[in-house]
Amino acid sequence: MNKLKTDVLVIGGGAAGMACALSAAREGVRVTLLEREARIGGVLNQCIHNGFGLQFYQQELTGPEFASRLMEEMQVENVTVISESYVRDINVRTKTASVLSPKGAYEIQAKALVVSTGARERPFGSLLIPGDRPSGIMPAGVAQRYVNLENYLPSKRAIVLGSGDIGLIMARRLTLEGVEVVAVLERMPFPGGLTRNIVQCLDDFDIPLYLSTTVTGVRGNGRLESVEISRVDENFVPIAGSQKTIAVDALILSAGLLPQVEEFDEDLEIDAVNRGFVVSNTCESSVEGVFAAGNNVAVFDLVDYVAAEGWIAGRHAALFSLGKNTSGDRVPVFRGQNVGVLVPGIVDMEEHLRLYIRLRKPMERGTVVLRELAMEKKFTFGVPSEMIQMVVNKEKLLPLMDSGRLTVEVL
Amino acid sequence: MEGHITCVICPVGCKIAVRKEGIEYIIEGNRCKRGEEYARNELVMPRRILTTSVKVANGHLPLVSVKTSRPVDKAIIREKMNDIKKLVMEAPVYIGDIVLEDFDGEGTPLLATRSVEKADV
Amino acid sequence: MREPRLFSWRGFSFGGAEMQTLVIGGGLVGALIARELTRYEMKVLLVEKREDLGQGITKANSAILHGGYDDPPNTLRGKLCAKGNRLYNQLAEELKIAVNRVGSIVVAKGEEELRKLEILLENGKANSVEGLRIVGRQELRKLEPGLSKEFDYALLCESAGVIEPWMVAIAASMNAVNNGAEIITGNGVVGAIVESKRAKRVKLSSGREIEADLVINASGLFYEQVSSFFGVYAPPVKLRKGEYILLDKRASTLVNRVIFPLPTAAGKGRLVVPTIDGGVLLGPTSVEFSDFFPEDVSTTAEGLISVRESGDDLIPGIDSPQWFLKSFAGLRPESPQKDFYIKKADELENFITVGAIRSPGLTAAPAIAEYVVGEVIGSMDLKLTPKDDFNPFIDERLRIKELPFEEVARLIEADPKYGRIICQCNEVSEAEVIQAIKDGARTVDGVKFRTRAGFGRCQGGFCSWKIASILARELNKDMSGVRQNSQNSWIINGKVRT
Repeated sequence: MNKLKTDVLVIGGGAAGMACALSAAREGVRVTLLEREARIGGVLNQCIHNGFGLQFYQQELTGPEFASRLMEEMQVENVTVISESYVRDINVRTKTASVLSPKGAYEIQAKALVVSTGARERPFGSLLIPGDRPSGIMPAGVAQRYVNLENYLPSKRAIVLGSGDIGLIMARRLTLEGVEVVAVLERMPFPGGLTRNIVQCLDDFDIPLYLSTTVTGVRGNGRLESVEISRVDENFVPIAGSQKTIAVDALILSAGLLPQVEEFDEDLEIDAVNRGFVVSNTCESSVEGVFAAGNNVAVFDLVDYVAAEGWIAGRHAALFSLGKNTSGDRVPVFRGQNVGVLVPGIVDMEEHLRLYIRLRKPMERGTVVLRELAMEKKFTFGVPSEMIQMVVNKEKLLPLMDSGRLTVEVL
Repeated sequence: MEGHITCVICPVGCKIAVRKEGIEYIIEGNRCKRGEEYARNELVMPRRILTTSVKVANGHLPLVSVKTSRPVDKAIIREKMNDIKKLVMEAPVYIGDIVLEDFDGEGTPLLATRSVEKADV
Repeated sequence: MREPRLFSWRGFSFGGAEMQTLVIGGGLVGALIARELTRYEMKVLLVEKREDLGQGITKANSAILHGGYDDPPNTLRGKLCAKGNRLYNQLAEELKIAVNRVGSIVVAKGEEELRKLEILLENGKANSVEGLRIVGRQELRKLEPGLSKEFDYALLCESAGVIEPWMVAIAASMNAVNNGAEIITGNGVVGAIVESKRAKRVKLSSGREIEADLVINASGLFYEQVSSFFGVYAPPVKLRKGEYILLDKRASTLVNRVIFPLPTAAGKGRLVVPTIDGGVLLGPTSVEFSDFFPEDVSTTAEGLISVRESGDDLIPGIDSPQWFLKSFAGLRPESPQKDFYIKKADELENFITVGAIRSPGLTAAPAIAEYVVGEVIGSMDLKLTPKDDFNPFIDERLRIKELPFEEVARLIEADPKYGRIICQCNEVSEAEVIQAIKDGARTVDGVKFRTRAGFGRCQGGFCSWKIASILARELNKDMSGVRQNSQNSWIINGKVRT
């Protein structure tokens, strides 16, 4: 068993974790990064499509390229990566962790923790779709893993349930590799992914998108043979008579991402709407010296945001580990009307405020209002799938001292 | 021909109506010049960056992810996939390596977007 | 023609002097009977039609060790259930299977229902059930704070528990093999030759023929079909489908014991069951098939809705969608007698039928095995010579999740594969996956059932492709040859780049 002392322990080596490790290391502290896979990079390694980095690097990059940039910069810093690692036990107050890896078991003592465990895909089973239990039903990320990293084709004729970005991307990917993608289904009356992906993944390939439609049954003896699809009403109740059977051998599921918070939810506060850790704009969680960033705070749409948050988390975690008080006065953030996902949950006056908002429903036009700051941002054609970001310089946060709160609403 | 195009240049996503009258293209619904240009390009010769994979021999991974260095004519992509399927790169491959000099006949190279080391023996 | 896959090859000699017994059916009952038989001097062969053991009724039930108060004393199940429940203590030690004696309650509201509980209590006493008593409102609140407030009384049974039924089949068969048995999977019985009122030879789907001095039919859902090959009468059973919903571990904060409604003629009802690995199971429904479709284990929209509602009736709030992990269905037999049908055949001298193993079959199973070998065979003209080298114990299968950190550290030093955690939801290492394959897993589900990998909240999202890859590597197969469970359940159909 190895005993290891470190300043900042980062759990999860995806986009947030890598940016965090790099940023923390630049403050001159020792950083240890734990990663469950053999290599760091997270889902970026399998997202071979482009669209990453427009903000973070002012360049359009593919997932692996984005990851490579961070990895390269990390290599020259004091970051120890423990790959294929598993956190068996962790105490957020003493900042100690018991970790297993093929290289050995580690007892790690850290001064600051960053949890960047990302999100997992919603499994098919949780949708309670009736029918058989054949092989051939998989989350889109699993299909992506097979096709892009392992060199395996998982289907000849597929249907995609869920028009989130990962489903759209895989519809295109599979089509280019000779798989017949019959359709993409979306139970909401509007698409879930970025508009550019609807155009470049579906329209480009004449793959139909059926809104207000979902899978209501699966059939197959051993392997999937067909799915039953139905139109649904506003309450997602199948409309009688709208059922159709479609012969496919794969059901690719893109039914949403779930922040990976369960291992910590007894210690760290969770936001019920985001379903992720409550953090301030310094990325600190409800426990001192424990920070969180990335998809385990809320499901973000751009990796650039995730990396930016990771960066902030790293800096503050590093400063915390150096004993520097990076925390100022804090006020809670409240949701007003039309606001769904909202990050952060707390404003710390010591740091600039980067707000990320998802609308509850599509809005032709609207205004994001930061009530107590008397600030607004207008938008047109807002959709829940595309986050709205607002940045407020810390000098402008002073009014919050009087109000004691920040209300974010969309009018 | 007639149709609607959703512009992807900026997050607004203007729905642009496109009509051909004679040899002229009539473009309406865009809020900016970039949108008009995008719609025109989409009509005349839509271009896309292609991202895909190429086989690697003796690497720590069986595939290297690749991309065209700039958008290429959308119409040729499907048939060019056949050429891509025949390529084999010998490890090590480095990010930025040229996998195919001229993908589209217009001088657009196909580049590696990750590094693949030699497999451990 | 497919080669039958063997778990161990012991040079089966045909027509040798040694007695040969064929057990048909690799569910937990067949496996326990086979194991029981290996205590005696004879060759034992177990054949199973599906690709792995315990994939029929064995994995289609609520995984409960029942107290035994719900069985009329003058029935075979009444005789064997409580006994089987007690036998599991010893079995758990010998076969290293986990048993969690969580206890159970049957809930009732009002005085009339209380009387029904009292009848069950009397029944239980007659069946020698241990740890049985009736509790009132106050104690009930303390025992089960999550229970709906409408219930006033409950019959508490402390001897009830939960297990993993397929592990009984798997572990029992491993022990049987250690003691000289041979097991063939992927091979069903397709015909039999009967001569002079004796079963002589049995034909398998691979074409192989087995000579047998004694045949025991423990083929579960297929027991009528198998009996018909031998010309033996088997009382017809109806198939009942039960649908279940499995919930995330988070749901287990609401329930401590197995919660039963009052039993009805239809059965024990829809339950709330804390599972052996910390989750919660809701169900089952009980819908009778009019036809014989033993392969149809599909769930239905109505069935799942009613499972949710029934769960909510007992434990309000338990059917929370954020806790849903998966749904599944299974088939169980029901006979007109509502009892096990275990007897020596009238038509043949050397054939025993073990059928209609309906509830509480899982609980009674160790007692069924003893009954078949002790009493049924005992009543036949067969001399059984006990072996003196029978070893009832199997080796411990390491689950690093249950070991202290220091011990796992030592294991990793000796073998790094103990440190490569393939399933992070349930802390299952690569070494355990490989052990499962050595123990006979040939499919992804085979690994899952033996290790619990893939049973956690990500439902295989992070690990199933890894398990498939390890199977391909260890079994020297192409990925396109790896199966989820059945022969037709392919995962990959080729490469992206060849």
